[in-house]
Amino acid sequence: MTFEPVLLARVGRDRSQDIDTYVADGGYGTLRKVLTGGGTPESVTEEVKKSGLRGRGGAGFPTGVKWGFVPKDTKGKPVYLLCNADESEPGTFKDRLLMEADPHQLLEGQILSAFALRCRTSYIYIRGEFFHGARVLVRAIEEAYREGYLGENILGSGFAHDITVHRGAGAYICGEETGLIESLEGKRGQPRIKPPFPAVFGVFGAPTIVNNVETLCCVTHIMGRGAEWFAKIGRNEKNTGPKLYCLSGAVNRPGVYEAPMGLQMKELLFGPDFGQGMKDGRKVKAVIPGGASAAMLTPEEIEDCPLDFDGLAAKKSMLGSAAIIVMNEDTCIVDAATNLAKFFSHESCGQCTPCREGTPWLYRVLSRIEAGEGRMEDIDLLEKISNQMANGMTICVFADAAIAPVLSSIGKFRDEYRYHVENKRCLVGSRTAAAVIA
Amino acid sequence: MTGRRYGIESAGHAALFPPEARDRIDAILARYPTKQAALLPILWVAQETWGWISREAAEEVARIVEVSPAHVSGVLTFYTMYNLAPVGRHHLQVCTSISCHLAGAGDLVEHCRRRLGIDLGQTTPDGRFTLTEVECIAGCDRAPSMMVNDAYHEPMNAAKLDALLERLP
Repeated sequence: MTFEPVLLARVGRDRSQDIDTYVADGGYGTLRKVLTGGGTPESVTEEVKKSGLRGRGGAGFPTGVKWGFVPKDTKGKPVYLLCNADESEPGTFKDRLLMEADPHQLLEGQILSAFALRCRTSYIYIRGEFFHGARVLVRAIEEAYREGYLGENILGSGFAHDITVHRGAGAYICGEETGLIESLEGKRGQPRIKPPFPAVFGVFGAPTIVNNVETLCCVTHIMGRGAEWFAKIGRNEKNTGPKLYCLSGAVNRPGVYEAPMGLQMKELLFGPDFGQGMKDGRKVKAVIPGGASAAMLTPEEIEDCPLDFDGLAAKKSMLGSAAIIVMNEDTCIVDAATNLAKFFSHESCGQCTPCREGTPWLYRVLSRIEAGEGRMEDIDLLEKISNQMANGMTICVFADAAIAPVLSSIGKFRDEYRYHVENKRCLVGSRTAAAVIA
Repeated sequence: MTGRRYGIESAGHAALFPPEARDRIDAILARYPTKQAALLPILWVAQETWGWISREAAEEVARIVEVSPAHVSGVLTFYTMYNLAPVGRHHLQVCTSISCHLAGAGDLVEHCRRRLGIDLGQTTPDGRFTLTEVECIAGCDRAPSMMVNDAYHEPMNAAKLDALLERLP
């Protein structure tokens, strides 16, 4: 049984971004069917709940359930839908492709979702670096207004909706949903204390739903082909639908791949339709399965490793943004952990003391070990700092993300850390500590 | 990063948006229920107008969205993409996050430094190039990835970079 791509079906098609080709391929047919064929907001929400769709941004929360948190009586306040297109998790590049190659697929899903939420105004919060993606979306939105899929009285249904592209300006934390909300309000993107949750008190003090690009694209197809069809794709009823995997690192063919949720890690790395094996025939040393925030896995752990929410939770890691980063035996684990720590130290929003002080501290200690100036007790120190930073000590889960690569790399490659300290250089040898620090 | 991220330089003259930019600002303001929400988009208009955001420009934007200049300053220093000082004609932004790092981004940065004779955060004396290191720009499957102004160049290597630097005016 071969799998036909769903989300990437139109990628590579001539003029895939244009509304005429989208409509020719059946696009906006679902929106027409729902809006003019007797669909109600409740029926759309029910269908999305039945599909088992879980958020594709990182947390994996059931989308329909999230929508259900918007109060029935909003006390006269509007409901906002925000598309999270801030894709900044290191290793992740699927939403960039979805927006650049098939913007109307996203817009249709966003309009359908807005209808379900009785939402008049939505925004696409796109990271500042995606200049091209933003231009593609702005043009697609203009086309959608022109053809009557946006604006007043869409397709004569009485439903009205507006979408605005809102560009970020370089800050990883704006991918966190309340950081995104603060940023959209024209502030520093510092996450909010929850509760209240955005579904009750979000942007501009109104009920707000934040959904990832890929999540909204899935809605287009759930409403088009039905919840049952969607739920049948995937490993089990808790991990449903098609999924995009971002493969990068030491493989022959990195890229964005679509497969049923729960694809085996080994298939993604070595399968002929996917990564096609390790570059230059090298061996796998470690794999990060869900972006920089996910715990590293060893070669033993990637055996029988379904890439879905529960499969990776069982390995004490996470699917996250489905960014699979492959490291071979030439990779110095301490060097990789130092690079990841540098990222988190740079991106901490600075609001909570454990994270603001802890992330640069981790980076300094790791740099010291990497430079061959580490002490044996530094390894324990890294674990101690990590354990004091996270697990509810901070407003958001950024600190939990920051410690995952540190704790998992020490836990699984402690010998390599020890070798670094004892011999003042890398175990892998290709790059001496002195060369790295220079 | 250079220290100037924490202070905004003066352009030495009043920042007045040209008519075309004013029209864009009016259109932006109409898309939000509060003026403050238009802050980031209007700062983008300022940067596109002058290439960077001076103290005077920040104060003008503060007046438009009716917040304090201190608030604008706080926002400007939180985000990395607003230029708080003039940058070169070509802003080289090399990604050094994990996937690019594994693919040799560090060597690429070194190559840029040597070839241009500048350090990270600096601009060549002729005003052609500014060099910065950036965190993951979602080009991981074509690592190492980099941006020059608003365009991606990937995958990058030393030879392709040399050719690119020759080609840019």
